[in-house]
Amino acid sequence: MEKGHGHGNSYGMVIDLDKCTGCGTCMVACAAENNLAVRPDESDKQRSITWMRLYKVTNGKEFPHTEVCYFPRPCMQCDHHTPCVSVCPATATKMDYHTGIVSQIYTRCIGCRYCIAACPYHARTFNWWDAYFPKGKGLERYLSPEVSPRMRGVVEKCTFCHHRLMRAKNNAYAEERRELEEGEYITACTEACPAQAITFGDLKNPEHKVSELVKSRYAFRLLEKLGTEPKVYYLSTKDWVRRMADNYLPGEFKPIAKVKLG
Amino acid sequence: MENPATSPKKSSKGGWISFLKGLLPTENGSAFVPPFSLIGWIFLLAGFFGAFTFGWVVYPVALYSRQPQPISFNHALHLDPDVGGIEGDTETEKCLYCHEFRDDGTFSGIPKLAKCTECHDDPESPLGETQQEKEFMEKYVAGQKEIPWLIYYRQPDCVYFSHIAHVKMGKIECQTCHGDHSKTEKLPIYRANLLTGYSINIWGKNIAGYKTNTWDRMKMDDCAECHTKKGHEENNACFVCHK
Repeated sequence: MEKGHGHGNSYGMVIDLDKCTGCGTCMVACAAENNLAVRPDESDKQRSITWMRLYKVTNGKEFPHTEVCYFPRPCMQCDHHTPCVSVCPATATKMDYHTGIVSQIYTRCIGCRYCIAACPYHARTFNWWDAYFPKGKGLERYLSPEVSPRMRGVVEKCTFCHHRLMRAKNNAYAEERRELEEGEYITACTEACPAQAITFGDLKNPEHKVSELVKSRYAFRLLEKLGTEPKVYYLSTKDWVRRMADNYLPGEFKPIAKVKLG
Repeated sequence: MENPATSPKKSSKGGWISFLKGLLPTENGSAFVPPFSLIGWIFLLAGFFGAFTFGWVVYPVALYSRQPQPISFNHALHLDPDVGGIEGDTETEKCLYCHEFRDDGTFSGIPKLAKCTECHDDPESPLGETQQEKEFMEKYVAGQKEIPWLIYYRQPDCVYFSHIAHVKMGKIECQTCHGDHSKTEKLPIYRANLLTGYSINIWGKNIAGYKTNTWDRMKMDDCAECHTKKGHEENNACFVCHK
C-alpha cells in the first residue's frame, strides 16, 4: 500500500435517490465548476450542454398514488468495456486504471460523435458551436483556469471533476503525503447537493463510505445488464424506481421484500 | 484473370533508373528527348536550394517574434554570496526562495512584485549600483506596478503540470529541466510563434525537432519520454497532464 501510485484507486459515486429532491443544484454546480458554456437561447434543451443531467421519472399511477423520483446522471465512468473508449477512433478518451476515471481530451477529439452513439447513458454532448459567454454579464469572471475550455466540434462529458483530484493531490504533496484522505477529493455536485444525497469516494478503499454503501441491498446501477460496470451507484428503497433502471422481461425483476423502516 | 498483386514484378530496367537517365542530356542522338537542358538544370537546382534555404533557415527565424523582457534580471547576481545574495542549503532551496510553492501545493512561477519588494523595499535607496536596478525602482517599485514578464514556458490551456509532484515527490532538481540559472546573467530574448502565439521554448528551438537539453523543448512526448524512462508509465495516462 505504501507504493501510492501502484495499487490504484477506483473513484465512484453513490446517489441516494430517496434523499434527492430534484432541485438541480448539482447541475448548476457542475456547470459553474467546469466552465460549461451557455447558449444564446438556453431554452433549446436538445442542444444545450450539461455534464450532470437530471431525469424525472414517475410511477405512472393516478393522483393519490403518484410518486416522482429524480435521477441525477453524471458520466458513469464505466469500468468494463467502456463503450465510448472502445469506439473512439482517435484515442481521445481513455479509462485510467489508476483512478478509474474516463478522460476526454478535447484537443485530440476529431468530433466524429461515435462515442455519443455508443454511450448507453447519453452522458456525452457535442459542441456544435464555439463556447459562448455573454459579455458584460460577469460570467467570464467565474471561469475556472483549472478546466480547459472546449472548442467547436468536440465532444465533452463529466470528468468527475478531475481537476479537483489534481488539486487534492497537490495539496497532499505539499504535506508530503501520497494517499488522499476520504473527502479530500469530491466532485462539485457532491459538495453542492443540499440534501447530501451524493457520496463520493474510492470504491476500492474499504474505509471509504462509498464502498460500504454499494453493498447495500438497495444499491443498483443504470442498465446493469449491459455489463459496463458503471461506477455511479444509486440507492432507492422503492421497487418501482429500481425497476426503472433497466429493462426487465416479465417476471424477471425481483422486488426486495418489504422491511420495516425506522 | 491474373492478379496484378501476385504477378511477378516488371524488370527494374524500365523503372526509375532509366527514367533518371532520360533526364540527363545525351549527345548521341537517341530517340528520347530529355525534358531538361543545362539551363533547366541550373534553374531547377537554384529553385531547390532557394526553397530549401527559405524553409529551413529564413522561415524558422521569421516565424518567431523577438521580445526583450521588461527589465534585465540577473540571476547570478541575486545568488552571489559576495553581495549578500540568496542563500540556501541546496540549489533547489535557493530557487524556491523566489519561485516558491504556495501552502496548497501550487507553484507560483515567476514571482510577483511583492517578492521583489521584500528586499528592494525603498525606491529611494537601491541595494546595488546597477543602472538596471535604478530603472526597476523608478518604474515598478515606486509606482507599485507589476512587472509584465513574458513567460517562456507557459503551456497551452489544455495542459496541466504539477511542479510539486516533480520537485518534492519526484526529487528532481530544478536545473534538471530548466538548466542551471544560478550563473546566467541575462534573460534570454522571448520568442513567440507568430501564428500560434506559443513560446519557442515549448515548441522547440530546432526546426528539425532535435533537442540537446531538456529545456530546449517541453512538449507531450518529452513528458512521456521521461515518465517512461523513470518507470512511471502510469503517469502517461491522458488526464495526468491534460485538463
